[in-house]
Amino acid sequence: MANSESCTPQITLDFPIGEKDFFMAGESASKVKKTLQQLGLRQDIIRRVAIIIYEAAMNVAIHASHGQLIVHVDPEAISVQTEDVGAGIPDIDLAMKEGYSTAPYEIREMGFGAGMGLPNIKQCSDELSIESKVGEGTTLKAIVNFISKTCVEVK
Amino acid sequence: MKIKDVQEILEAELLCGDDCLDNDVGGYFACDLISEMLLHIKPSSLLVTSLLNAHVVHTAHVMDASGVVFVGGKKPDETIIANARLNVIPLLSTSCLIYECCGRLYASSAVQENIDPLNGD
Repeated sequence: MANSESCTPQITLDFPIGEKDFFMAGESASKVKKTLQQLGLRQDIIRRVAIIIYEAAMNVAIHASHGQLIVHVDPEAISVQTEDVGAGIPDIDLAMKEGYSTAPYEIREMGFGAGMGLPNIKQCSDELSIESKVGEGTTLKAIVNFISKTCVEVK
Repeated sequence: MKIKDVQEILEAELLCGDDCLDNDVGGYFACDLISEMLLHIKPSSLLVTSLLNAHVVHTAHVMDASGVVFVGGKKPDETIIANARLNVIPLLSTSCLIYECCGRLYASSAVQENIDPLNGD
């Protein structure tokens, strides 16, 4: 845990994501939010990171056979990475378009699948990279920078 | 506007959050799409929805919503209510449908703010 004289401590949080494990996305977003609040990070940064986690983990649960969510906090930025084994994304530019979705009906019934996930992630990220191979899987990495490069005040 | 005012205006049942009745409501957001909630809900806003699953409470927590109103008399199961209790999110259930909820809340908040809702200010 942090102490009052340190910069934001480096921590890594790791969550497995199972196929159709739809509720893990929200649970992990909630858990990470609480951890980041305990570190005393800024509320707007925490919100952005939590939204990215929610959408990215949901994508894995919906589209992949299994995967992993890794959140890494260091003094300059927070990175959110999902790695999955699954169908992959044939056309990333198309997947980034608002309103484009390949999610099945059961996902839409839950309130997802409106084609907003990747655009939301992009909007909340300072940097976003997506690598995907059809039939193998996808790796998404989003970075949220702390605006100030100085130490984040720890309460 | 406070949670207890919302409860009265919507004639709603409080499902959890007895200790949140005096919490302030900073705005309203009515929606049935989780991604739109994740994009647009402002901190301390009240979420009004006809969706009834665990994502609603997770989203309310992630977005710092002041509470959730389930419309059409819907009530989530005990697991969802327990999660809301854990995260200190008041849940309400009203028999009003979403349009009527929005109308009542808009009109009441306009009165409280001393503005004329028909003039859109």
